[in-house]
Amino acid sequence: MRVEFDQWMKASNVAPDAQSAIQSCVHCGLCSSVCPTYDLLDHELDSPRGRIYLIRDMLQGSPVSARTRDHLDRCLTCRACETACPSGVEYGQLIDIGRQEIERRLPRSLAARLQRSLLRRALQSRRLLNIALQAAWAVRHLLPVGLRKHIPVRPAASVARPATRHARRVLTLRGCVQGSVAPGHDDALARLLDHFGVTLVTVERSGCCGAISQHLGAPEEARQAMRRNIDAWWPLVEAGAEAIVLTSSGCGSMVEDYAHLLKDDTRYAAKARRISALLRDPVELLGSLWSTASLPLTPLQPGQEKLVFHPPCSLQHGMRLKGRVELLLQRAGYQLTPVADSHLCCGSAGTYSLLQPALAAQLGQRKLDKLMAAQPRAIASANVGCIMHLQKESPVPVRHWLEILAERLPAREQA
Amino acid sequence: MTPSSLFAALRAIVGGQWLLTDAESLAPYECDALFHLQQRPLAVVLPADEQQVVAVVALCAEAGLPIVPRGAGTSLSGGATPVATGIVMALNRLRRIHIDSAARQALAQPGVRNIVVSQQAADDALFFAPDPSSQVASTIGGNVAENAGGVHCVKYGLTVHNLVGLRLVTGEARILTLGEGSLDQPGLDLLALVCGSEGLLGLVTDTRLRLLPRPRAVRVLLGFFPTIVATCDAVSRIIAEGIVPAGLEIMDQASLQAAHRFSPALDLRVEAAGALLCELDGEPEEIEEATHRIRALFQTLAAIEVRQADDEAQRAQLWAARKNVLPALLRSANDIYVADCTVPRRALSRVLARVMALSEEHGVAVAQSFHAGDGNLHPVLFYDSAIAGEEERALHLADAILQAVLAEGGTVSGEHGIGSEKLHGMCWQFSADELDLFARLRQVFDPHGLFNPGKAIPTLHRCAEFGAMHLSRDGQSFADLPRF
Repeated sequence: MRVEFDQWMKASNVAPDAQSAIQSCVHCGLCSSVCPTYDLLDHELDSPRGRIYLIRDMLQGSPVSARTRDHLDRCLTCRACETACPSGVEYGQLIDIGRQEIERRLPRSLAARLQRSLLRRALQSRRLLNIALQAAWAVRHLLPVGLRKHIPVRPAASVARPATRHARRVLTLRGCVQGSVAPGHDDALARLLDHFGVTLVTVERSGCCGAISQHLGAPEEARQAMRRNIDAWWPLVEAGAEAIVLTSSGCGSMVEDYAHLLKDDTRYAAKARRISALLRDPVELLGSLWSTASLPLTPLQPGQEKLVFHPPCSLQHGMRLKGRVELLLQRAGYQLTPVADSHLCCGSAGTYSLLQPALAAQLGQRKLDKLMAAQPRAIASANVGCIMHLQKESPVPVRHWLEILAERLPAREQA
Repeated sequence: MTPSSLFAALRAIVGGQWLLTDAESLAPYECDALFHLQQRPLAVVLPADEQQVVAVVALCAEAGLPIVPRGAGTSLSGGATPVATGIVMALNRLRRIHIDSAARQALAQPGVRNIVVSQQAADDALFFAPDPSSQVASTIGGNVAENAGGVHCVKYGLTVHNLVGLRLVTGEARILTLGEGSLDQPGLDLLALVCGSEGLLGLVTDTRLRLLPRPRAVRVLLGFFPTIVATCDAVSRIIAEGIVPAGLEIMDQASLQAAHRFSPALDLRVEAAGALLCELDGEPEEIEEATHRIRALFQTLAAIEVRQADDEAQRAQLWAARKNVLPALLRSANDIYVADCTVPRRALSRVLARVMALSEEHGVAVAQSFHAGDGNLHPVLFYDSAIAGEEERALHLADAILQAVLAEGGTVSGEHGIGSEKLHGMCWQFSADELDLFARLRQVFDPHGLFNPGKAIPTLHRCAEFGAMHLSRDGQSFADLPRF
């Protein structure tokens, strides 16, 4: 579709990205068939094609109201539409640009701005988050059941990590939410890698990957997070670290985008390219290690093999690694039943489950219905957000696939 | 009726949430997949059920307000382009579906997506045959309106052959039930008339679809040929052998090269001038026997290579040679235009050569990959709308192609419909008497001309404006037509 930007947009450094996304859209509508919000709401404006149209009109200078903002807010940024798009529209980039622009054109109420700012800060500050979580865990048993399920389950005490003993090293982040609510994910990855002779190094002074700010219309805040992480990783990268490996696919997908998001930053562009090139999802790294060395796993208990896998959007649509974890789990002896509509988002989507709780809950319930159809013993996934979101209502445990594998390492390899 | 009282009345029928009147909400409805044509409607109404549809039609009939029906908005011919003085009625909320496996039929409301019918029928080992390439998104209502086909229509027919009943709301807000689920009905075949009528006769609120048992086995053959003539000959020879393939698709060299650039892993033979993909389905023995004959005739046509696949993943690999063509072209060209049309199969190679000659004459590049089994051509024209004059040149070439097709006894639309896009082609293909008959038939169903005005059936006045009548099929000129 043709687009003629208004003066402000013409001068913006995101204009080329916006232009290429809009111009490559041929308005065919195939994206709407995979869009979770279009499926729920039956509304063209809640489909990717409708949102592209809204964003185009806004960037051309048409007046915008809360109507446009509401429809942009309802997008999960799951990017299923990118997988379905025949002409390769980079919708994920465009929706971020649209969100930045609507924040500028139509500032939210003070209360809404405070809520969002607080959310971004709390989720990115381990100290704030820990205070909140400790308080919540302290009173959890006093709360009514309906409220209680919204508080993440308190993780088991973190087991000791394998010693830093291998020359082969890969890096991870200190992260934000995950470090507090699910430290076991990184522990599991560390143990599995240790078995293959690779040490996972959690880098001090690193933090949130920046995705929360990026997708909430605060790109400068996101860039600060990216630069901080790059600075933290850089000495170790120069010292020969092989890869950057993150156990949450949401963060992985974001780090993969660092090169693009910092391309106009003269000081960081080259480093960001190197960092993005070093990004490996755990399934890629473990998959290749396991293809050349053996992985002795304790036998499965009867029934334990009945598993389903929920592929996070960031894994299947963001990093385009659909079907890979399933192959590893099958190799580990699990019988994975295919799940209907596995391309659809579970509703977690970063901060979405906090900002759009009603839609998120509906999507979560639909997802659980499909996942539970085969009556599995557990649900495996690959992103802390999805795992926490599904856990709220799931009748069976929802776990990271790395934990499921790591606990079957022989006892002498369990730290 | 003033707009505000009209809106109030519509709101009372569908509820405030489902009547859109503000500029931001209307904008995304101003075009369908033919996005070059844009028109903002007065309002968009999204009814929830047949009762609401009837009430809206009654109101619009009284107010003389045009209604443009819309499903998923995937029409490539501007079938859902709004009119400025009317409303768009989006029927995508009507999406109840029930599979009647004993009758091998599906009851599907118009908003059900095509692919959902086969997905729902899969547990009973049944499927719905029409599978247009938009099938993941396009709705049954739209499929009926456009008489949708797809890659398998060479064997299983178009929507009209797979539709056994429907409910229609006429322009006087009356409900007609057409077809009772059996293949034949006494009286005039109104069901077939509605199918392909592009929303001009009424609004479909329910359909009864024929489901077929899933074939026991499927095989795909992909042959690469040294010339495009040999590729086309392979099609006629397969048909002449009495074989009925489930799909027959041709890709020319430009298409093969595009598909190759998109995914080199497919290892396509890009030195071939053409490739023919042939899908066979049915009983394994019958497939085996047909394979022998096809391989033999491919050999006599000097095929460079023949690939074969049975299991689903491998078949998908071979199909990718065809299915990746459009995504590849969309990524490499600035703008594309698809000139959808149909020629008799015997004329295929002659028309393909003519299209290439015209492409050269007009200086507009063309790639051809198409449904060869039913002669449905899809020449894809590349141009850059940012360069002055290129779009006009491309559209001019498209018209020249349509005329070449008509000269061979073909039609100006294969499966995309007439809509807003091909009205002039209708003037070329049909005589004034035929067009007049279409218009009078339409009046019987929709006396006020409420539904989708200005689409599919050109007025004689429009034909005169196009300067097109002199090209009509019987060669008569219409100098004495009334110019109203």
